[in-house]
Amino acid sequence: MNDKLYKVLLFIVALIMPIVCGGVVYALVTDAYDAFEHFGFFRFLTSSEWSYTEGAEQYGALPFITGTLMTTLLALVFCIPFSLPVALFVGEYFRDSRIAAVLSTVVDLLAGIPSIIYGLWGFYTLRPIIMALNISPQGSGILTASLVLAIMIIPYASSLSAEFIKMVPNDLKEGAYSLGATRLEVVRNVVFPVAGSGIFSSYVLAIGRALGETMTVTMLIGNTNDMPNSITATGNSMASIIANQFGEADGLRLSSLIAIGLILFLITAIINMVGKIMIKRARIA
Amino acid sequence: MESITPILEFKKTCVSYTKQTMAVKYVSAAIEKNSITAIMGPSGCGKSTLLRAVNLMHNLYSNIRVDGEILLNGENILSMEPIDVRRRVGMVFQRPTPFPTMSIYDNVLAGFALNGIRLSKVEKDATVERCLKSVALWDEVKDVLNKKGTFLSGGQQQRLCIARALAMKPDVLLMDEPTSALDPIATKHIEELLLELQKEVTILIVTHNMGQAMRISSKSMFMYLGELVEYGDTAKMFSEPADERTKAYLTGKMG
Amino acid sequence: METFKLKKRLAKDKLMLWGVCLFATLTAVPLVAILGEVFLRGYDQLSWSFFTEPTPTAYKAMKAIEAGEPIPGGIANGIVGTMLMLGMATIVAVPIGILCGVYLAENSKSRFAQIVSYLTDLLQGTPSVIIGIVIYIWVVVPMKGYSAIAGSVALFVMMLPLIIRSTEETLKILPASLKEAGLALGGNEARVMLRVQLPAAFGGVFTGVLLAISRVIGETAPLMFTALGCSLIRWSIDKPISAVPLLIWEFFNDPNLQDLIWGASLFLLLFILMLNILAKYIKGTLY
Repeated sequence: MNDKLYKVLLFIVALIMPIVCGGVVYALVTDAYDAFEHFGFFRFLTSSEWSYTEGAEQYGALPFITGTLMTTLLALVFCIPFSLPVALFVGEYFRDSRIAAVLSTVVDLLAGIPSIIYGLWGFYTLRPIIMALNISPQGSGILTASLVLAIMIIPYASSLSAEFIKMVPNDLKEGAYSLGATRLEVVRNVVFPVAGSGIFSSYVLAIGRALGETMTVTMLIGNTNDMPNSITATGNSMASIIANQFGEADGLRLSSLIAIGLILFLITAIINMVGKIMIKRARIA
Repeated sequence: MESITPILEFKKTCVSYTKQTMAVKYVSAAIEKNSITAIMGPSGCGKSTLLRAVNLMHNLYSNIRVDGEILLNGENILSMEPIDVRRRVGMVFQRPTPFPTMSIYDNVLAGFALNGIRLSKVEKDATVERCLKSVALWDEVKDVLNKKGTFLSGGQQQRLCIARALAMKPDVLLMDEPTSALDPIATKHIEELLLELQKEVTILIVTHNMGQAMRISSKSMFMYLGELVEYGDTAKMFSEPADERTKAYLTGKMG
Repeated sequence: METFKLKKRLAKDKLMLWGVCLFATLTAVPLVAILGEVFLRGYDQLSWSFFTEPTPTAYKAMKAIEAGEPIPGGIANGIVGTMLMLGMATIVAVPIGILCGVYLAENSKSRFAQIVSYLTDLLQGTPSVIIGIVIYIWVVVPMKGYSAIAGSVALFVMMLPLIIRSTEETLKILPASLKEAGLALGGNEARVMLRVQLPAAFGGVFTGVLLAISRVIGETAPLMFTALGCSLIRWSIDKPISAVPLLIWEFFNDPNLQDLIWGASLFLLLFILMLNILAKYIKGTLY
């Protein structure tokens, strides 16, 4: 094979990515069009009505956008007190030790468990605990879903944060130690400020993960279509309403679900892009 | 000379990275107050290792052992709290290490911030001005104090790091090849500065530049394979070294 | 005053250390809890027939439960479906993914490669449920029915970015001298890639493929809209087909079949664990 042919072949194969991604956007936009045309793009986003009575169909995405944002933000809040210590443990305190390798493996394994098994565990183990603690009568809901979601995103947040914490130059840390700082003070005044933007971006990417998680949330959020009014309320996220209703939907409802899919796609795409750009910046700095 | 009490004294100091090999072997020496002592030797001879033992940098790494005694004003630092020691013994590293997230102003005061000591605005301003003046950096940076320290040149950064160490009013200042990453002009500035500074602080400087040792130090140590081979007046060591190994090194036959 | 302050600072420092250790260790709790639950509740469901028989109907299961017998049948239909769809997806995704990865590694500065690289990130970050919707629109609607093909296209789309990235990254960390040495011997670029660079990168690429498989094997949502599920053992690619995660979802929703959940989950977990250990082992033998 001569070099020219080889290069052309590679180029042609690489064309698959624009084709696939273009196809994704095209399919979502054309099939979501009906819903946007019928309800109006803005009203679709801000309406909290979801009823499929024939003849008076009303679909709006607001309860599900709210559900997604609530589960994601709560998951982030629950995740930080664990992922940050893991990152410090692996990247600073026990850096390069055997015990840190063990913890990394544990966290890697957490990332490997399929979402449906997290859902099972949440349903059969965590939900009864929530009920026993009288937090919510049915056990399912936004809180339960976010708790499990938090565990699922720990690996994404912690492994990348640890990488940035490890990149803080030893010179700088020794500089601070030589002025009489304790380890805590070095972490707070040198490690966090220097690795901060990288750590922050790893949480942005973890948010990107949590936004689209489907099965776990579907199994735990309680699947109601009303606006959630508290964190213990049941609800639906964008992903879970799709998982629940896509199979049985047609016509305007199908189009509305696809429209929700398009919105979810756009939100995750933007969050991921922001995260990636921040990471690139943090790596160069 | 012997009548002056040593501010710093090594007594059979040993440093080992692994159980079998010692990087520093039974070093004993007394350092006089307000002197500049140069530590010389070929690379790998343990000179940096010895220096880092003085402000307990080795405590940061669990595999390194320090034995013997190191006395600071007669007190054994090996049994003292590292933070206490490090506040009284400043250190300047080979490569300048201004904290990249702090301004020049905050870099000078970093020692206070890190130690949780609160100063009033007046005290802060006075400290920054005093320290930057004593490293002859004040005139150059007094208008850009709020800029990041990393924006300075290498020589300026190193002087900023010296100022940062001086702000804590240390008894002893350790310098680990502070000019090896700098150009000759910046090096000359730093050397002049050190001669000035020895009025306030006792300086222990590791260097592999014999000219530098000769220019600034009053006493010199020569180390080889972890041992302190020779310690004495710099002028005397350079003119008539007592040991064959010192002679070989100084005449360029080694290292 | 000074010593008091120092003591306080040291106490804080200690507290931080213990806090870090405590909270980091707590992270292992869910892993142990999940693995433990699945193992303890699943291991006595595993038997020979569990792997060779298809899912029972709800009626049969109900009868067995009433009679106090264990539920008959197993997850063979799901295992066959998973293998069939994963096999098809892998066969297509590996060569395409590797070639794309080679393109990215070789042309990292070209504008088009940067776009491809960005799109790879985009696709990798896309929630799998959306991949399901899109493949439904692409394949299920025109073919007028759910099928194993649709399912494998969904798996293919999810595997592709993972394989591209691992290939690109492995090729990029090879020393440049390797390629130069090959070219200096008079090989052309294609041949040097095929005979020198790719073989040197084999371990990394292979690990990447294993991890891609382990990542998509548990995917449920996209298969719900594409493969749908089926209670028969099927080998045809144009009909609805089951998969292990789909079965777990079915069992979860069917009160009569809930006894099969944990066996199926255990099988899935063991498979993923094995792939991960294999990947780690291969990586370990390389470096």
